[in-house]
Amino acid sequence: MNRLLPFAWITAVRFLGEGRLQTWFIVGGVAIGVGVIVFMSAMLAGLERNFLRRVLAAQAQIQLLPPEQVARPLRGGDGVVTDPVVQRPAQRLASIDQWRRIAELLRTMPGIDTVSPTAAGSVLAMRGETSRSASMTGIDPQTYFRIVAIPDFVVAGTARLTSEDIVVGIELARELGAAVGDRIDLRAASGAVRSLRVAGLLDFGNKGANQRVAFVALRTAQSLMGLIGGVTAIDIAVHDVFAAEEIARRIAAAHDVRAESWIATNAQFFAAMRAQIATNTLIRVFVGLSVAFGIAAVLVVSVIQRSRDIGILRAMGTRRGQILRVFLIQGGILGFAGSLLGAALGTAALVWWHAVARQADGGELFPLVIEARLFAATALLATATGVLAAAAPALRAARLDPVVAIRG
Amino acid sequence: MAEDVLRLERLGKSYRTGTPAETRVLHDIDFALRHGEFVALMGPSGSGKSTLLNIVGLLDRPSSGRVLIDGVDTGTLDERALTMLRGRKIGFVFQSHLLLSAFTALENVMLPAVAERGFASAAIEARARALLRRVGLDAVADNLAPHMSGGQQQRVAVARALALSPELVLADEPTGNLDSHSADEVFALLRDINREQGTSFLLVTHNLDLARRCDRIVRVVDGRIVDGAR
Repeated sequence: MNRLLPFAWITAVRFLGEGRLQTWFIVGGVAIGVGVIVFMSAMLAGLERNFLRRVLAAQAQIQLLPPEQVARPLRGGDGVVTDPVVQRPAQRLASIDQWRRIAELLRTMPGIDTVSPTAAGSVLAMRGETSRSASMTGIDPQTYFRIVAIPDFVVAGTARLTSEDIVVGIELARELGAAVGDRIDLRAASGAVRSLRVAGLLDFGNKGANQRVAFVALRTAQSLMGLIGGVTAIDIAVHDVFAAEEIARRIAAAHDVRAESWIATNAQFFAAMRAQIATNTLIRVFVGLSVAFGIAAVLVVSVIQRSRDIGILRAMGTRRGQILRVFLIQGGILGFAGSLLGAALGTAALVWWHAVARQADGGELFPLVIEARLFAATALLATATGVLAAAAPALRAARLDPVVAIRG
Repeated sequence: MAEDVLRLERLGKSYRTGTPAETRVLHDIDFALRHGEFVALMGPSGSGKSTLLNIVGLLDRPSSGRVLIDGVDTGTLDERALTMLRGRKIGFVFQSHLLLSAFTALENVMLPAVAERGFASAAIEARARALLRRVGLDAVADNLAPHMSGGQQQRVAVARALALSPELVLADEPTGNLDSHSADEVFALLRDINREQGTSFLLVTHNLDLARRCDRIVRVVDGRIVDGAR
């Protein structure tokens, strides 16, 4: 007899070992439940990460813009409104007031990872007889690449951005007939023209974006748009992407800017993701419940089957608390053993599904996310569920009248 | 140590007390068992023998009267104290379902001490081996209960009842399910232990031949001791 294990543990393990078939069936049941939870959690975490990567790869998590320009009714010298008809004003290209000070303050704000000023506007990209409208963004590569990893999207050339360089979408380059090393002229709305050399071509995996995007150095964009020293936006990356909206609100409250988080600009996507998380949680709860009821059912039967054993144990001086522990431990062992087997099952299913399920372009449907934390949490939860599920049968066993139990 | 290992004073037991269907099983029983005494308890089925044995074994509580184990009034003890007293002072040998089938013979004998102390130890194992040797079963020490004959199981049960060196062993028809040869062997074993160690025995039996080999025969009829109460 093991001298390191307490009496209740020894008895629990022996009882489980003796009812081997019953034990294996319930461990199998728990394993299937845990396997489903592990599989679903890991797959949905992978899908979520994939979606987030796609959504956030090409945009800032928070973008600060100048406040919207509003028109006021015209008043006469006596303060009376002389012209009550107010038209919505056109939004002129404007720099964020005091943007350097704001950017400095934001860099020290908790939760914020990177701050990068940009100057963006529409331009006409021209080469020879061909011209296309393009969306030019002037960036500071050092900081901007930490928010949007432009180099990751480069399919030809490099993401080098000196004042003479431009990096454009592959579709825009194709339509202009330009390749890496060729020159493209950019004409701003003001009429200013600048000739730049194509340093790299980008593929965002989105034709619309590939037809429009053009990245240049911040100073180049500022001079083209006549915004010397000014910026049209401040892009921000935060540590917790889900806190972006809250941080955006705080920034908007503290500074004279509009702050738009990716959550607000992708509201539908965000709602869909939340719904998916809620559904996943609901499924996990119901699977957990069915596991708990399975363990409880088996232990209730075990208490009935073992009532004479319990009676004998009580007659030989075993305390009620010890009997209670014998069955609680059995529940815990069933949950824990089932969680180990279930984690292995879930992982195997995940690896298989990851290999089989592909997107239309052959890319992976979701990244394989196998986190030790998920397994530890699942094992802990399954063990706790086992112990809780065993509570009712264990109480019943502990309360058994030894006389009735021995009589059977 | 009290003179009597067991004393019952005006012990009564009834079920459904206070209802029209009240059933009195035991009536004002006075009884005493001295240290080292070997007493047979006889009586027809339904006479109250098993109820009496359960109350004496502290598995059941009386409706009236007192039960004193080695001078301790058990009516004043709570559930936990009763369980501890039962473990230390009383050993049980049942008629059937004698051993825990998930454990070997040796482990069955170790169980009462392991339950009391919480963990197994070399001393507990040595004591269990000595007891198995005493009942002549050291050769089957590692056999699981279902792999032993009825007589062997009963002898293991006797060894288990002696694990914590109890003052009193209660045996409920311990030979009832055995053939006459095994029954004789088991009875002789109980008697020898009684003589060697001075352990008191209260033995429920229907076998008059065995009862006659006891120090005293107590007869219970309709919940009353009609003979041998002392």
